[in-house]
Amino acid sequence: MNEEKGMSLIVKTVTRWLKGFIFLFGAYIVIYGHLSPGGGFPGGVVFAATFILITLAFGREYALRKMGKILASELDSLGAILFLLIALLGIYYGGTFFLNFIEKRYPTVNFKLFSAGTIPLCQISIGIKVGASLFMVFIILAVIRVVFENGKGKLITTEKKDKK
Amino acid sequence: MEIIIGILLVFMIIGSIISLETKDLLSAIIAIVPVGYFCGIIFLLLGAPDIAITQMVVEVLSLIILIRATIRRDLTTIEEERDFFGLVTTFAFIFVFFIFSMEALKHLPSFGTPSFTLNNNAPSNRYLLNGLKETGAANIVSAIILDYRGYDTLGEATILFTAILGALAILRIYARKRSKNE
Amino acid sequence: MIYYLCFVIFLIGLYGVCCKKNIVKIILGLWIMEYSVNLFLILLGYRKNGIAPILREGDNIVEFAQKAVDPLPQAMVLTSIVIGLGVLALMVTVAIRLYQRYGTFDITEMRKLKG
Repeated sequence: MNEEKGMSLIVKTVTRWLKGFIFLFGAYIVIYGHLSPGGGFPGGVVFAATFILITLAFGREYALRKMGKILASELDSLGAILFLLIALLGIYYGGTFFLNFIEKRYPTVNFKLFSAGTIPLCQISIGIKVGASLFMVFIILAVIRVVFENGKGKLITTEKKDKK
Repeated sequence: MEIIIGILLVFMIIGSIISLETKDLLSAIIAIVPVGYFCGIIFLLLGAPDIAITQMVVEVLSLIILIRATIRRDLTTIEEERDFFGLVTTFAFIFVFFIFSMEALKHLPSFGTPSFTLNNNAPSNRYLLNGLKETGAANIVSAIILDYRGYDTLGEATILFTAILGALAILRIYARKRSKNE
Repeated sequence: MIYYLCFVIFLIGLYGVCCKKNIVKIILGLWIMEYSVNLFLILLGYRKNGIAPILREGDNIVEFAQKAVDPLPQAMVLTSIVIGLGVLALMVTVAIRLYQRYGTFDITEMRKLKG
């Protein structure tokens, strides 16, 4: 790990230890959304915060190797499509858009992790969507730089592309 | 309880005035952060833990996005010449707006008795009584946003998608067109 | 009384949007207005000595419905806060584009509106 990119050694070491726990905390907020406060939206923002922390501490190239721009954009669309799919399956099984069809056909015990039907599945898809899109916006803002040449401004990207 | 919320609101007012009046851009952005934190504490005191978690996390990310946009620039202070006519007009308008709002806010139910306690047919009563039985979720707010009002959540997911798409489209680099011609 | 203080925050944000010349201050004014609107919606739903609308095991449901705060504005504000973050990102990208085109953040110097 080269030393001139990113931040100092203390920040890098602490981030290396903490990034798993922060990701786990985000996953906990998303999955237990139907039993305790939270849900898909704050959990997704915590997911994005994990990757933003990695970007700030280690530099852009390392973070882009972990989750590239194309993967973030695909995950964003995947989350939205999953959400819509669960809603459309409600029509197929019950006749109403967004019907909680798992709860109506296989009712479960309350206050457990596997309860409330489609609600945890929707939370997970929203969490993926929000996390990926906020990380994508941050990466785009981070690689863009404005330089002025001949009095006119230009936007350039500071990514290094590998010449194959 | 009202006194504590009132004190925190006064802190928010002071913080937002400082943020708008200071000359240095970095100080302005940093001064907006305690406004958000006090807002999150007020949400917690009002019995809304979901919203408090969301507000705190969004506050941190908004600070990162705002700083990312403004600190790598050469100019962080701008000389402000007051446009006198515009200032007087805005203050007059704000004053008139405030006077009318004092009359309008009197007609709201008083703080502490929300409107669903005065009316037995309000939907909130039905959500609170039948939420666990009909959806199986213990968190009534999650049950509302994903079961009773799920269509609204679909709309909000679409808005988020479109906003991020717009941000990406604006920052497109035109250098690709030039490199294709060479 | 508390509604008035919340409305004063909204008016401060409005002053920031109308009277400031730096585009970053305009964005901060919009963000302050966003805080005040979300806060106002949650203030409308507060019940005196109320508890959060989350059930625990072994709770009596009728008693819970007598004591809980209003869950409906909370559901609406939850998504509104995250959408506000997306809109903030959009506004910041517009500010960067304007800086690239005109070289300054001062809105009185941005006269030519063609892109």
